[in-house]
Amino acid sequence: MTVISYRQALHDTLRAELQRDDDVLLIGEEIGVFEGSYKITAGLLAEFGPRRVRDTPICEEGFTGVAIGAAMMGLRPVVEIMTINFSLLAIDQIVNNAAKLRSLSGGQVSVPLVIRTPGGGGQQLSATHSQNLEVFYAHVPGLKVVAPAVPADAKGLLAAAIRDDDPVLVLENLALYNTRGEVPDGEHVAEIGRAAVLKPGRDITVVGYSRAAVIALDVARRLEADGISAEVVDLRSLRPLDRETVCASVRKTGRAVIVEDDWLSYGTGAELAATIAEGAFDYLDAPVRRVAAAEVPLPYAKPLELAALPDAAAITRVVRESLGGA
Amino acid sequence: MEDMETAEDPALLREYYRQMALIRAFELRAAEMYTRARIGGYCHLNLGEEATVVGLTAALRAEDYLFATYREHGYALARGADPGKVMAELFGRADGVSRGRGGSMHLFDPEHRLLGGYGIVGGQIPLATGAAFALAYKNGPGPDAPAVMCLLGDATTNIGAFHESLNLAALWRLPAVYVIVNNQLGMGTPVEAASAEPELWKRGCSYRMPGQRVDGNDVLAVRDAARAALDRAREQHQPTLLETVSYRLRGHSVVDPARYRTAEEAERLRREDPLPAFRARLVTGGILDEQAAAAIDAEADKAVAAAVDFAEASPAPDVATLFDHVYATPVAGGYRGLPGDPVAPDQAARPGPGGGGGPA
Repeated sequence: MTVISYRQALHDTLRAELQRDDDVLLIGEEIGVFEGSYKITAGLLAEFGPRRVRDTPICEEGFTGVAIGAAMMGLRPVVEIMTINFSLLAIDQIVNNAAKLRSLSGGQVSVPLVIRTPGGGGQQLSATHSQNLEVFYAHVPGLKVVAPAVPADAKGLLAAAIRDDDPVLVLENLALYNTRGEVPDGEHVAEIGRAAVLKPGRDITVVGYSRAAVIALDVARRLEADGISAEVVDLRSLRPLDRETVCASVRKTGRAVIVEDDWLSYGTGAELAATIAEGAFDYLDAPVRRVAAAEVPLPYAKPLELAALPDAAAITRVVRESLGGA
Repeated sequence: MEDMETAEDPALLREYYRQMALIRAFELRAAEMYTRARIGGYCHLNLGEEATVVGLTAALRAEDYLFATYREHGYALARGADPGKVMAELFGRADGVSRGRGGSMHLFDPEHRLLGGYGIVGGQIPLATGAAFALAYKNGPGPDAPAVMCLLGDATTNIGAFHESLNLAALWRLPAVYVIVNNQLGMGTPVEAASAEPELWKRGCSYRMPGQRVDGNDVLAVRDAARAALDRAREQHQPTLLETVSYRLRGHSVVDPARYRTAEEAERLRREDPLPAFRARLVTGGILDEQAAAAIDAEADKAVAAAVDFAEASPAPDVATLFDHVYATPVAGGYRGLPGDPVAPDQAARPGPGGGGGPA
């Protein structure tokens, strides 16, 4: 184990995969000479050259589609879409081609593609650059969507995504790039589709993914001091969704709070609440609660932005309410 | 025309006619099967485009790749797909080229390097560009290098993906040939009403991409232009934008009566129909006699009848295979419920009806 940043874990994994397999290549805007908007690909152009690290013009639909076509031919492209907001320009290619080609061809064509892209607000980037659109993709059969919360998963899930024969969207988060944590040395490939219990607990289940899981863990640790034992489940994958782990946890604790950075309506929390209603109904001691982003285009001004996003205080309050105002 | 008979291998010319006749017979039968409800969804036919279809595919080598539009039955046939399996796909049967998953608009036959028909206008253009990228990634240019041909309709030259793809292909020097199959109508909209530059091949000039417009009713002109473009792709990794001009004989799809067409236009269409024109040309040129031509026509009808029989006999896909082919790498916990099935895992050891207050 080595303690490194989430950013470093992503970088090191890309580098290792480029070394491991000549079919792996990186495609995206400003990933080479500029070394990536968030410097995940720093140094990789110098090391691997323009054949493997391909700077593209600004044309998300074009280069994402090119990567899908290259994947159909057996390459393993890793696309960087600068932020998930810009993926909207490529959504036709992702939803109508990447997700469907295997099915439409009756299993004759596969798309071993990775799309890396960060979501997340809280950086005063305002409405168009702060969205959490991952549920758009998690909604679509044929895609896989993973969302590492900690550096170890940044490594394990990215490696798994690159080696997977299906299109996988790896959701990163602007607020997590500088977070640090222990990462296994050497080969580390996670299993896509498994949630992780970040902290066991007895009284209440708090579910999150990406940044929300990290905040939930922080809240749960603080609540220990008040005698509240919260179990934290990090989804790690939105499609497939590990319903079993979530339901098992709620069957144990009898209460659930779901934390998500996306908007509340039709979001991850809605899906999980419905799942819990089916899978743990008789065990519930309180209604399932959600802590999600306020339903507004995220404003620029800091107080407005802070008010709109889920934070530790909101999670703490809702956990206490769920426990009966304890 | 006089040159044709001397310069061309007569057997090859007869083969082109055979393919054109097969496509014509297949498409007429597909239209009939659609009206008899054997075929569902959308069904777009190559009627009137046979010379273009056969000319383009004749220029392709076995190792080249083809990405098509949703009007692609003829291309699948000319590429070598079994007519029975193509018809079975239109019928939505288990033996269809796409195992009944794709239908008319999504014919896949990787064995013949047909990497799909595409239902979303222009969706195939970035993919074909990516396939050319993959070829260039693996191998340099050369006389034996494979290339990619990407078909698109006239109206497709107005979408962003077309321009983004051409820019990338030219910038990165990819072995791709983009072919605008200009049938002069995007659904019911004439080219002149949709494109500020109606000489569509000129749109490649923005990308310093060589281009050419050819008569899509002339199978040999189409073939020669496509062959030159493919050679440029394989030998120089220089992409080309080719435009073939023809006219579809029927509506946009089987259900479109094409009322937007004037009587004069319809009359002109019948006059310029490439199939009887090529037939007459071969008969006049002494390549085919009337009897041999009639035999080819009969053979085409027979092949299509056999294709229909094959499709009729092929079973519908088993519902138990519904979730097959969605993912290549199996996943943990993937939900495979049918409508109304429970979503959540079994509530093992449930405390009892209306229990509330579980073992917390």
